Amino acid sequence: MSTGDTSQIWRKLLLVCTLLITTLATLPGRTAELNVYSARKEALIKPLLDRFSADTGIDINLVTGKEDALLTRLKNEGRNSPADVLITSDAGRLYRAEEAGVLQPFDSAVLEDVIPPHLRSAKNQWVGLSLRARVMVYAKDRVKPTELSTYEALADPRWRGRICIRSSGNIYNQSLVASMLANIGPEATDAWLQGLVRNFARPPQGGDRDQVKAVAAGQCDVAVINSYYLGAMIQSGEETEQAAAERVALFWPNQDDRGTHVNVSGAGITAASRNPAGALALIEFLANRESQQWYAETNNEYPVRKDVQHSPLLQSWGSFSADPLAMTELGRLNAAAVMAMDRAGWK
Amino acid sequence: MPSQLQLHEVTVSYDDFTAARNVSLTLDQGQIGCLLGPSGCGKTTLLRAIAGFQPVASGEIRLHGNLIACGGYSLPPEKRKVGMVFQDFALFPHLDVRRNIGFGLTDRDRGDRRQREDEMLQLVGLAGYADSWPHELSGGQQQRVALARALAPEPDILLLDEPFSSLDSELREQLAGEVRDLLKRNNVTAILVTHDQHEAFAMADRVTLLQSGEVAQSDTPYNLYHNPANEFVARFIGQGTIIAVTVGENGELRQGPITLHSAARHGQPGQALRLLIRPDDIQYTEDSALRLPVVGRSFRGAEYLYELEMPGGQRVHCLTPSHVTVPVGSKLPVAFHLQHVVVFTP
Amino acid sequence: MEIGSTVPDSVSSRPRRPVRSWRAALVLVAGVIAVPVLVIIASLALPFSGVWQHLLETVLADYVINSLLLMAGVGIGTSLLGVSGAWLTGMCEFPGRRFFGWALLLPMAMPAYIIAYTYTGLLDFTGPVQTALRTGFDLSHGDYWFPEIRSLGGAICMLSLVLYPYVYLLVRVAFVEQSTAVLEASRSLGRGPWQTLFSVALPMARPAIAAGVSLALMETLADYGTVDYFGVSVFTTGIFRTWYGFGELTTAAQLASFLLIFVFIVLALERSSRRRMRFHQGSLRKHPSRIVLRGWRGASALLVSLAMLFAGFLLPAGQLLLWAARNWRGTVDPAFFHIVQNSFLLASLASACCLLVAVFLAYGKRLFPGKLEESLVRLASIGYAVPGIVIAVGVLIPFAWLDNRIDAFARDTFGISTGLLLSGTLAALVFAYVVRFLSVSLQAVESGLTRIKPSVDESARSLGLSAGRVLQRVHLPILRGSLLTALLLVFVDVLKELPATLILRPFNFNTLAVRTYELASDERLADAATPALAIVLIGLLPVILLTRSISRGGGARA
Repeated sequence: MSTGDTSQIWRKLLLVCTLLITTLATLPGRTAELNVYSARKEALIKPLLDRFSADTGIDINLVTGKEDALLTRLKNEGRNSPADVLITSDAGRLYRAEEAGVLQPFDSAVLEDVIPPHLRSAKNQWVGLSLRARVMVYAKDRVKPTELSTYEALADPRWRGRICIRSSGNIYNQSLVASMLANIGPEATDAWLQGLVRNFARPPQGGDRDQVKAVAAGQCDVAVINSYYLGAMIQSGEETEQAAAERVALFWPNQDDRGTHVNVSGAGITAASRNPAGALALIEFLANRESQQWYAETNNEYPVRKDVQHSPLLQSWGSFSADPLAMTELGRLNAAAVMAMDRAGWK
Repeated sequence: MPSQLQLHEVTVSYDDFTAARNVSLTLDQGQIGCLLGPSGCGKTTLLRAIAGFQPVASGEIRLHGNLIACGGYSLPPEKRKVGMVFQDFALFPHLDVRRNIGFGLTDRDRGDRRQREDEMLQLVGLAGYADSWPHELSGGQQQRVALARALAPEPDILLLDEPFSSLDSELREQLAGEVRDLLKRNNVTAILVTHDQHEAFAMADRVTLLQSGEVAQSDTPYNLYHNPANEFVARFIGQGTIIAVTVGENGELRQGPITLHSAARHGQPGQALRLLIRPDDIQYTEDSALRLPVVGRSFRGAEYLYELEMPGGQRVHCLTPSHVTVPVGSKLPVAFHLQHVVVFTP
Repeated sequence: MEIGSTVPDSVSSRPRRPVRSWRAALVLVAGVIAVPVLVIIASLALPFSGVWQHLLETVLADYVINSLLLMAGVGIGTSLLGVSGAWLTGMCEFPGRRFFGWALLLPMAMPAYIIAYTYTGLLDFTGPVQTALRTGFDLSHGDYWFPEIRSLGGAICMLSLVLYPYVYLLVRVAFVEQSTAVLEASRSLGRGPWQTLFSVALPMARPAIAAGVSLALMETLADYGTVDYFGVSVFTTGIFRTWYGFGELTTAAQLASFLLIFVFIVLALERSSRRRMRFHQGSLRKHPSRIVLRGWRGASALLVSLAMLFAGFLLPAGQLLLWAARNWRGTVDPAFFHIVQNSFLLASLASACCLLVAVFLAYGKRLFPGKLEESLVRLASIGYAVPGIVIAVGVLIPFAWLDNRIDAFARDTFGISTGLLLSGTLAALVFAYVVRFLSVSLQAVESGLTRIKPSVDESARSLGLSAGRVLQRVHLPILRGSLLTALLLVFVDVLKELPATLILRPFNFNTLAVRTYELASDERLADAATPALAIVLIGLLPVILLTRSISRGGGARA
């Protein structure tokens, strides 16, 4: 009978659907574990998380992604979000998370002690965990270090067609321009961007390592990159990368005035966390000496703690003075920075 | 004047299979020929060879005196001036009727082309359908478009591949007649392929009957019917049975007690022959002494077709006016009146 | 079974109840799948922020022009490649034809972003080709001209190479199924083989070409990895930059809505332009006689096919193999096999779900050919043109909302918190895949269904089978080929999918695509080669299965 047949099919479908949903959906887990949303790639963060698990016995569940995607997810999940900790690779995004209300303030004497205030949230909602400097690299055979001085000077016509830098969509560039806005103001920044864009050797493409390779190959003479990429190339064990890294040298911009632009990767505790104590323990772990040492040695980043020794490679680059601009400013001026880059035609 | 189409000892084969062997035929300008035969006899293959879709293994095909195919040479189809009407009409579904008809007229200018398209539409009686689409037309209309399309570029010969098989049977006879009239009026040379002898008879001046790739007989329809060259032709064409007879002392043909034909001329006394008996050779004669048992009959509207049993056991057919109703099992009084005596030596 | 129900009657005299519930279910399912797209379009109802002013003044024109150019380029590229390939292997005979018949589909297993990485590695300024050129001829930067791979032109080439199999697949089936008689008619009317191709075969294959090209264009619009890597500013990069750079999700969604509207319009235009025409000649299948290409003609056919295969598959695969051979030790660990498992599981699950939904919707449309059903199903299948990331957002928002509602309800009523039920689980991810790839299964199933005449349905119903049984016992067996095609196509697509997976995946769950992306975006291309190669190899299997079913003619034939 047709009715019977159809309702048979309905019943089967319903059964299949319920089975599917129950196997795929999850109910909230127990609290002997921590859930981490990380914008830092797995390779760069997992070893530390594993060590934390080994030390404390707390399991860590990790999901990586782009900051803004994770942020949207957190916002929408609201108070039911399973995430306990948010890790990002850029200060601007930490600021955004704070503004979006997805983080909660925490009190930690330990962290307040070892991490300088300009590398921390003003509202105690996040801390920076590793420092990255955005430096210049130049072709050793075509440029003398005396020719370089500041970021602003890169807009000079003498550098026409000689500069390589990655796309304006990259957060590190956005933070750099944000720092320019904060330091020299909007009009000067606009003028600087105009000049800079005119000096590009090629339309922005690729990542920071590609810029180094371009300098080494002769397509441009100067590039702006994050220092740890150069370190990674030197230590990569791959011929072409090492050869390219050998042909360039590092230069610290703005040493005579405010200092080189720096950014932090950092972490915060989510507002929805069901285990804020555990989350705090994780963050404090990431800020302890061993973890900071690991950042320095494996990643070639600068630790935020002053009492940690730099790796030999970092030491070989010499010490530098860093721009003391508060990280929160980078976040606050991010949108304006993007608009400025758009206006100047920085693709 | 050279004949329009000439096939000389043409053999066509593909995949190690010889579809047609040593076929010869000739068609004059304005004649309508027909390749007839059961399926698999090679008639379609020959047609496609004339069209240029099938290469010729040996022999020659000449069109209007020009050699278009022989062993090792085949003029491409687009260079032959042949028009072809396909079994399923093969109208271009993405073009309307006008553009279908004008498809082969690329070498004319627009004015000329339009004029010719209108001419053809008029010719096939579809004057108001220029802007219709093929899928909007009936089967018969589609066939007329296919015809118009093939005729528009004034081909040297028109090839028709089972043109009526996709149509309703009532339509077939009518259309066959109409198409023949059309072709004759325009002096078009055509050759038609079919397995249906009624179509062949309705349309063709000359029928070539093929059996397994070879010509069984090539003649007018009348001769094929009344003077079949061999038993295959006799059996294929029309209805009839071939029965065993012996020649009597006076030359008459007899089977057992029955004298079928008295006027002698065929064979020696005592000789065994095979005689073709068609339904019109046996006539219902009310007062005839000869009565044959009725083993079957079928009502044909105007006639009854009786199936009668001969003393030798064979069945023969007899057509009678339908008011003659003799039930199965009784006997029908008949007399043999052979118009054409067709005998074969066994 | 009651005797009375076997009375041959029209469909409408069947009992009404099951009929209405089918229809309600159809509307419901299509509606649910259309939700993410509707959520995105709903953003148009929200206020337009000041960022719009900025976008209009600066980059929006660029985005639009580049997107249009990209689409035009890819449309032409895929048509040229796909139709040539389909013509050569479907209608002609040349040395190696049988091999190329299935081999030309192989680029489908290659994700676009991977082919972008490999060609960049090869042809970039710092790559081996240009470096050799410079050292060989003693040139330096600026002394010579070499086409820039990371450009709009480069993106067009990459996408064309990887997407032409869609056109190839559909057009080849169309060519093979074309009535030979129609082609012969054209030749008997004076057009040579090439003229026949252009004036008859191609126009008749237009729906297939249009379907294939629209699939390719939708993939192009949705692509982010390639255009991002190449630095081409198209609409999708704009959507991303607005979301990430400005942190304005609403504006990004509004941009995406305009993209969707554009796609709708283009598809509708194409459909209406061929409304009155028919392309299928209800014909008797004759064994198609192939055009034999000999001598230099055969050689060029061989070369052309080889070039397509080389550029689209052999070269990038070879480069991947080279890289992987050097670096695999570092990347293949137990975690790697776990990832392979994940990819496989996800692809199988998603393709099965897609198929179920596609069959349900396609069949429902057949039973109830109404405007509402038609539009809903069309809306549900637009997901293919939407960038994965946008769909992810469109799934994220309603799922989270639903979960939070249920949780609030549970808290109020029962005092317990159910937390998030669907968000952040595989269910959400699979749902996103269904929304994104439904179009692919739907097209395959629908094209199979259109080959089954309604009279078949009616005869089955008159024999007493209910609608459901007809589907089960009559249609599904006939549709086997189309169903297989649908499954395989979605399997390969999900395997390669990146952006939505990145956003929606649960904890501790990575796929090969995610792994490849993380390594490549960290500029560890050589390390990314191993997971990339794994994607290609796993994807090869369904592609080869597909090609086998095509060569048997069963691919899209009912």
